[in-house]
Amino acid sequence: MTDAVAGLHLKSVSCTRGYRDLFTDLDFKLCPGQVLRVEGKNGSGKTSLLRIMAGLAQPLEGEVLWQGRKIHHAESDYFQNLLFLGHRAAIKFELSPIENLCMAKSLYGSKTENGLEEALYQVGLYGFEDIPCARLSAGQKRRVALAQLFLTRAKCWILDEPYTSLDVAAVALLEKLFTQHIDDGGMLVITSHQPVTLQAGEQHRLVLPKTQLEQLV
Amino acid sequence: MTDSTMAVPSTMGAFISLIKRDLMLSYRHRNELLNPLLFFVIVVTLFPLGVSPEKILLQTMAPGVIWVAALLAAMLSLDTLFKSDYEDGTLEQMMLSPHSNAVLVLAKITSHWLVTGVPIILLAPLLGLFMFLPGDGIITLMLTLLLGTPILSLVGAIGMALTLGLNRGGMLLSLLVLPLYIPVLIFSANAVDASMAGLAIKGQLYFLSALLVLSITLAPLAAATALKISVE
Repeated sequence: MTDAVAGLHLKSVSCTRGYRDLFTDLDFKLCPGQVLRVEGKNGSGKTSLLRIMAGLAQPLEGEVLWQGRKIHHAESDYFQNLLFLGHRAAIKFELSPIENLCMAKSLYGSKTENGLEEALYQVGLYGFEDIPCARLSAGQKRRVALAQLFLTRAKCWILDEPYTSLDVAAVALLEKLFTQHIDDGGMLVITSHQPVTLQAGEQHRLVLPKTQLEQLV
Repeated sequence: MTDSTMAVPSTMGAFISLIKRDLMLSYRHRNELLNPLLFFVIVVTLFPLGVSPEKILLQTMAPGVIWVAALLAAMLSLDTLFKSDYEDGTLEQMMLSPHSNAVLVLAKITSHWLVTGVPIILLAPLLGLFMFLPGDGIITLMLTLLLGTPILSLVGAIGMALTLGLNRGGMLLSLLVLPLYIPVLIFSANAVDASMAGLAIKGQLYFLSALLVLSITLAPLAAATALKISVE
């Protein structure tokens, strides 16, 4: 595992929906300490790209490499280092926040020093830990999913619209967390219709359907 | 590197906590679970009313009727296996876990069997009495259900995983799964018949056990692969 291949590498990736090409020949490398903001209109393929990067969908052409190996050959290593949060919150409404996190923890593992209660405290759900998620507000449900970010050891975060239904304070909290993650040598791929202001790392922007990366900072 | 891999909980831990979570979810959705069981009981109890309350006739029909009802009830219950996980995105997250997907799928099938298969096995003797099954017949019925219902859950999981992404997969599911259920039905009903006639049932039980071993080995792998395709 040399530094030359560290990180996530997309090699001439193409994707279609129906008969429409979303993007073709997308080629870039995401290295530790870098941020990639994926932008574009609705339906331009942001979510498709993120799902391809996470290994949930297959690209029409091209391949995704993690540390120089195809992700499907490095699944266990890649998935240990990946945290993907999609449109859907991936929480069970019948379970309480703490039970939801407990499940996530046993599926992906977590930092030992961070307890589940602490993660919930961080996202401002202290006092709500035993209430079924069905009774929480949309923003609070989202916070339950985002509490995973405080637990994970994953190096590569792929977040699809993480700011949806969050209030200003929560957005600020997330940005602080992202900055810290990047400073620790993490990678972040994010889509958002809201402006993302991060003070860390090397930031790139990809505006679909263009496939040229723009460097921001 | 070794430090980070050590902190990942064991696959066994994930297996057990997934079973625990699913059982907890089923407990909070008790009503949904009741439907297939009620179906099972109602179908069997209607037979004496609809056909004839004659003892000999009911006794001959009993193994087939109870097994057919159990099989259809098991198929009805398949719907709850992956559907809600698929809809709320937790299935996606499961696919992204570093643990083997087949093991996690097996955990889901196990908890599904615990809440649908086991109650069927427990209800069977009662329905057997209803249909005038003799003691030997009831014991064999329970044995065949014990070996057979896990097969129904395992094989059904493959069908369910394949049809998950489809809007109206119900019809296709029965077409896919029923042919695979038929050997289980034939050998089980035949075993109960044979035991009532005082014949040996070893052969049928061996065959069911073989099917069970085969489906435990292969079904989770097949279902996990099918789920991957469905999630995409």
